[in-house]
This record gives sequence, C-alpha cells and structure tokens, in this order.
Amino acid sequence: MDITFKDVSYIYQANTPFEHRALSGVSFHIPSGSFVAVIGHTGSGKSTLLQHLNGLLRPTEGKVMIDDYQISAGEKTKDIKSLREKVGVVFQYPEHQLFEETVAKDIGFGPLNFNVEPKEIERRTGEAIKAVGLPEDLLQRSPFDLSGGQMRRVAIAGVLAMNPEVLVLDEPTAGLDPSGQREIMDMFSRQHKNNNLTTVLVTHSMEDALRYADHIIIMKDGEKYMEGAPLDVLVNKEELQRVQLDLPEVIQFLHQAEKQFGKAIPYQKQSIAQLAKELTAIVKGGESNG
Amino acid sequence: MGSSMIIGQYVPGNSFIHRLDPRTKITIIFFFVLIVFFANSVMSYGLLTLFAVGSAVSTRIPAPYLIKGLLPVWFLIVFTFILHLFVTKEGEVLFTIFSFDFYTGGIIQGLAISLRFFLLILVTSLLTLTTTPIEITDAIEGMLGPLKKIRFPVHELALMMSISLRFIPTLMQETEKISKAQASRGVDFRTGSFKDRIKAVVPLLVPLFVSAFKRAEELAMAMEARGYQGGEGRTKLRELRIGKLDTYTYILFILLVIGLFLTRA
Repeated sequence: MDITFKDVSYIYQANTPFEHRALSGVSFHIPSGSFVAVIGHTGSGKSTLLQHLNGLLRPTEGKVMIDDYQISAGEKTKDIKSLREKVGVVFQYPEHQLFEETVAKDIGFGPLNFNVEPKEIERRTGEAIKAVGLPEDLLQRSPFDLSGGQMRRVAIAGVLAMNPEVLVLDEPTAGLDPSGQREIMDMFSRQHKNNNLTTVLVTHSMEDALRYADHIIIMKDGEKYMEGAPLDVLVNKEELQRVQLDLPEVIQFLHQAEKQFGKAIPYQKQSIAQLAKELTAIVKGGESNG
Repeated sequence: MGSSMIIGQYVPGNSFIHRLDPRTKITIIFFFVLIVFFANSVMSYGLLTLFAVGSAVSTRIPAPYLIKGLLPVWFLIVFTFILHLFVTKEGEVLFTIFSFDFYTGGIIQGLAISLRFFLLILVTSLLTLTTTPIEITDAIEGMLGPLKKIRFPVHELALMMSISLRFIPTLMQETEKISKAQASRGVDFRTGSFKDRIKAVVPLLVPLFVSAFKRAEELAMAMEARGYQGGEGRTKLRELRIGKLDTYTYILFILLVIGLFLTRA
C-alpha cells in the first residue's frame, strides 16, 4: 500500500503549558512494496510518526494517506478498523502486550478481532509460529512461562497472523542478543519479500538500515532531515554526525580501505566473505603492480 | 497523554507560592477551608475572593489553563446554584417562569454557596498546581512527625505515598502504550455494547498488572541493593525549612482572618 505524508504536524497536549511539538511539516511518499528505514536520535519524532500509520494518532495539521484511507485533523477516518487490519504494528518491547492464557490464543487474538474464521486462525497461528522460529509445541503453553526472547517472538507472531499488507516495526530487536537480532531481522526481510509487504522500520541501527532498507528517512527534532536511497544517505559523514548518527561500520571500513589502498570498493550488500575476496584482489593486484 | 484531565497537575514555576514551604501551604489551605464557612456578608466574601484570586494570579499560571483545569467542577458549581434557585424559598418573589416562583433568597443563597465552592476548589487546587507531589509527601511526613512517638509508621506511610505518586505517570504511560498496541490488534475500546467494552479491558489490565508487579519487584530489589532501611537515622536530601517568606504569609493570613471576623454581618 502506498503511504503518503503531506505537511504532517503533530502537537502533544496542545493548548496547555505542556504543549510539545513532536512533528512539524513532514512530507514524504513511500511506494507500495518498499522497505523504508526511519532513523533518528531519541526524541526526533520517529515513534510519533509511526503511530500515524494506523490512525492511532491523527495529525494536528496536514494529511496522511495510506492507500485509500485518509487520516487528517478533525475529520473521522471511515473504517479505521480495516486500516488497522492491513497495517500491522510491532511496537517497542511488544512482549508487554501478551495477555492470553496460551500462546496460541494470543497469536490468534488479532485475527479474532478482525472476524477471521476459526479454521483460518488456526492455520495462520501455525504459520506465524513457524515464521518466528518457535517450535509448535509452545502453542499450548502460557506466554508468561516463556523466556524474554521467546515472548518477543510470540508477540511478533501475533502481528504476522493478522496477515498485514503494511508492516510497521518500532525497534523490533531492542534488547535481544546479537544472534537473535539477526534472526528476527532476517525473518522480517523474508516476510517482506515473500508476502509483498510494505515495511516501515524504525531503528537506531545504521547497519540494519543499510542491510535491509531500500529507502531511508532521517528525522531530526520532528522534521525530515534527509531522505533517499541508503547508499546516497549513509555515506555522508558530516551530515550524519550533525544528527548524532554514525556511518555504518561497513561503510567506515570501506572508506578506510580506500584511503589505505587508493582504490574504492563499491558497496553492494556484499557478505563479509565476498568483501574479503574483493579486498584481497585489490591488495594482491596492488603488490603485483608495484 | 490525557489532555482533558488536568485538575491540579503540577505546573513548574518560580513564583513566591511555588517557593513557600509545603507545610505552610497545607496549613494555610486547611485553615482557609475552615474560615470560608464563616463568611456571611458581601465584604467578608469579597475579602476571601480577593485572597484566593490574588494567590491564583501570583502563581503566574495562565488563567485559561486554570479555568480549563476546573472545568469538571464548573458543572458542580452551576448545579449547586440552580439547585438553590429551585429549593430555597425565602425573601420576595423576584420573577415567575412557567408558574414557578424564583425568590431573591434563592438567588443570594445560590450565589453564596457556589462562590464558597469555587473558592474551596480554587485554593485547594493551587496546592497541587504549585507543589510537586514529592514536596507534599515530605510535608505530610514532617507534619505527622509527632505521631512517631506512638509508633505510627510515618516514614513508611510517606514512602508508600511517594512511590505510588511516582508511579502514576509511569502506569499511565504504560496503559497508553498497551492500549495502543491492543488497538493495533483490533481491540475497540470506544464502541460496542457494555459487555464488549468490559471484555476489551482484559487485554489491557492483564499486561498492566504483570508489568506493575514486575516493576514493584525490581524497585524493591534496587532499594535493597542500595542498602535502604526505614526511617530511623535516615538523613534527608531535601530539608524543609520555614523561611521569611513563610512568616510573612502566616502574618498575611492572620490579617485575613481578623479582617474576616470584622466584616462578618
């Protein structure tokens, strides 16, 4: 689904001494099927932006358009429930939303609310738990008996089971161990490709943004600071440092390699092994020339 | 966060009322609430109103905010007035609508009671508007101090109060977060039958309780790890001190009381 923001501003607690402007004049367009990373420092308005995507927040000014749904100040969006069915949101620390007696019931909770048939719910539950890499015999356990990492996966499965067309992820890997982070992100990437999703990922990790996204939006103090393809945005050291962000490690490394050996290696999402090969080729080639 | 319910939410500031010792504020408000009931003439009401409105203005909290904060109680004030219009039948008949007589006594009585009500609420809300919850607890601990002699657990009570006050915003945030997460999974908190709406609360309450218990456990552990022990021999970070400002305030208030009794009918 296409997502368009048009001059969107959002003010918390408007008209009180606690008034706080979280977004101001944000505009962008996300074509259907893209994987977008939203990056920014704490308090840059990322989470506020994300809550506009399924109508949890209504812009104070401006307009948000998601496919045919329109969310704007004052006017009521019709059929907000069907919008929420199509836009699945994985919040920060989603394991806090678990409440059911069994894992299966919790995963099926979303679909049940959207009036999916019991047979279909069962099928989706089985699919979702496999997708997040948990064994099916966990389905009859209480979610509160699981480890933190498993709870996170169950919560994510609960969102996947809604079969959303847009997947919104708010730092879905925060607090997980490195291999768990990798697994979860790879899983989202697979879901994105296999199910033709539009994915919006809010993250702090420049590495994840570079590896998974095909479009990047950088936020600063509630405004859009930069936008573009990862390799256009994530290579400008000075611009990034102005918003307290760093270059991704790979890019840093490649920059250094270029300085050292006088030859640039273009980044094309190579694996470490591939990069090592290219680098060896340069180093060896350099020796034979010299 | 909830933008409608803001009665008495602390507004940071540096006015002289903000800087008063919280014990002074509590004492004066307590006695003000008492003397409001002694007013019975125009002059005495005028004096009290002057004091209350003067205090409100001197806090430098924007008036629209104050008035909006009192919104839920405006209803009560107006209701009291109307009730008196209909019920009190004293004095002369002022006018008649639909063969119902309105008496002058009713209007005067209605005005007086509504004004009393307004003054009470305005002054008491000033306490929480200008004093942080922590200061209020400290003041209560200080004022209840003498009860320690009869083994009343004053310190523990104050600690419980400050912990619960401290966690109100946290729990509210948590509630909002979880309700948003569940709303994203299709829970509808606003529409549907009464039964549906009660059912919709379960996915909100269970996670809220789970996290509240977890938080309590973590807090207890953190306190123990830092060697916390109850009141005996514990020093204070924020010492309450009665200063010149407080003395002047007491003098002003005593003058008000004297003035009130002189102007009583």
